Amino acid sequence: MFGDPIYRDGVDWGDVALMGFKVLLAFVFLLVATMFMVWFERKVVGDMQNRIGPNVAGPWGLLQTFADGVKFFFKEDLKPANSDPLIFRLAPYLSAVTAFVAFAIVPVGGVFREGEIDTGTVTLFGKETYLQVADPPIGILLLLAVSSIAVYGVMLAGWASGSKYPLLGSVRASAQAISYEAALGLSVVAVVLLAGTLSTHGIVAEQAGGLRSWFWLATGVVPFGVFLIAATAELNRPPFDLVEAEQELVGGFHTEYSSIRFALFFLAEFMNVITMSAIMVTLFFGGPAGPIFFGLDWLWPTVWFFAKVLVFLFVFVWFRATLPRLRYDQLMHLGWKVLIPMMLGWLLVFAAIRQHRLDNVDTAVAIVVGLVLAIGATALLMAAFSAGDRAYERENTIKDEVGG
Amino acid sequence: MIAQNIAFGIIATVTAVSAVLMVTTRNVVHAALYLVAVLASLGALYVLLTAEFVATTQFLVYIGAVMVLFLFGVMLTRAPGGETQSLTATSWPVAFGVAAILAGALTWALLDQFGSDELSENPVVFRTADVGDEIFSTYLIAFEAASVLLLAALIGAIVLARKD
Repeated sequence: MFGDPIYRDGVDWGDVALMGFKVLLAFVFLLVATMFMVWFERKVVGDMQNRIGPNVAGPWGLLQTFADGVKFFFKEDLKPANSDPLIFRLAPYLSAVTAFVAFAIVPVGGVFREGEIDTGTVTLFGKETYLQVADPPIGILLLLAVSSIAVYGVMLAGWASGSKYPLLGSVRASAQAISYEAALGLSVVAVVLLAGTLSTHGIVAEQAGGLRSWFWLATGVVPFGVFLIAATAELNRPPFDLVEAEQELVGGFHTEYSSIRFALFFLAEFMNVITMSAIMVTLFFGGPAGPIFFGLDWLWPTVWFFAKVLVFLFVFVWFRATLPRLRYDQLMHLGWKVLIPMMLGWLLVFAAIRQHRLDNVDTAVAIVVGLVLAIGATALLMAAFSAGDRAYERENTIKDEVGG
Repeated sequence: MIAQNIAFGIIATVTAVSAVLMVTTRNVVHAALYLVAVLASLGALYVLLTAEFVATTQFLVYIGAVMVLFLFGVMLTRAPGGETQSLTATSWPVAFGVAAILAGALTWALLDQFGSDELSENPVVFRTADVGDEIFSTYLIAFEAASVLLLAALIGAIVLARKD
């Protein structure tokens, strides 16, 4: 069956109320989680750099973010004279709202069992439903659509500020986001090919049935690695945080922002980290799947889900604490010349393997043909790269001779 | 049905107002943003027609790629502020005439073709998967031709941009 079982027998007011409850729950959860994510990041980075980190507000500094938030509210809201008033106000909301929306498609709980037709449902207030805000037929495409809208927040913020550093920062940000969206989308394609559905719920259901049902080889190595790198770039997190490279751009696209508008950008950034971690768990690590030990059946999947998300949150913080920032040309090189060709090649090989299983071709033949094709494609690509490099060098030497 | 009609009214109004504002505003970045609003409300209309896949494609391609590049160019080439007095061309009556004729022809064609159709009592549910099946079976040649055309345009753009 397709879609949330709650809609199967028409929609009454109870269903609407339940949906409202789910939306509210997701909203509050994301806000609170963001609060603790900021604390977590500061604390872990502090530990990794042999510092103490926030420790004054509340026990272990837990309330530090809350205090910062309150402070942001009472700060003066500056607006540069050169700015575009309407767009300057609009941009932070574009960032923050899109950060919330993408989380809607993540299944955060429900017992998924292998081979069951209607798996992964929970009963809330006497109604059977999925534990996710929405399960649209387009599923994971919603993430890509939303992340393409999120570009607008950063881009408009930089432009509307009416000064050059924010504009440069936002130009970098949008170029980076567009470049890495391609790699992100391609790595999602591998998962969708394997699961045979776009629906996030369907993807999790395909992976139900323990560790052996996770797509270890097919998507666990190359697509997952590409997704992780592309997601980090998409989030503008270190080592890809050229958007706000302090040494080069003052503060990047939000240089001119202050008070609660700045806080909204901050909120969006950390919220996107949480959402991306949740999406990664959903696509590659079985979502809420995990062993159920004792007692409350419905509680364990949610616990597993959050445990897995926490691992990725730590990974993102770890990246920040250890990796130096890339140069801009290195960033573009990695995105266009490494990640995208790698993912395209993997998709070709992967699609060929899927097809030979459907057509009952001999496995050995398929592997040999696949390898030959892969090597040929790589050789072509390398030839193209070296031709490009030679052309670039030739151009530069001519320029040097003319200039010198 | 009533809820759908109300939603259609709201979205259609937003679309029409944004479209008018897009051609009347003097700020070129604002014009681009109104165009984004028009495209987004068209996407909303597709959702209203339960064509989620078309709606997502609209968002991904038009709003996520085309308009971003558009804004990109405008922001980098225009002075901060984006205010342009010469944005309204002197030949606007001609453009208005062409637009009116086009709108009239489209309306007439639609009414002539579908004007007397009625929604069936048991509508066929057409899912995203069905769209995929159709593209890769019935319309495969058209799809591949469009892909090759786009690839050619892409390579052509790079060749043109590099020859400076």
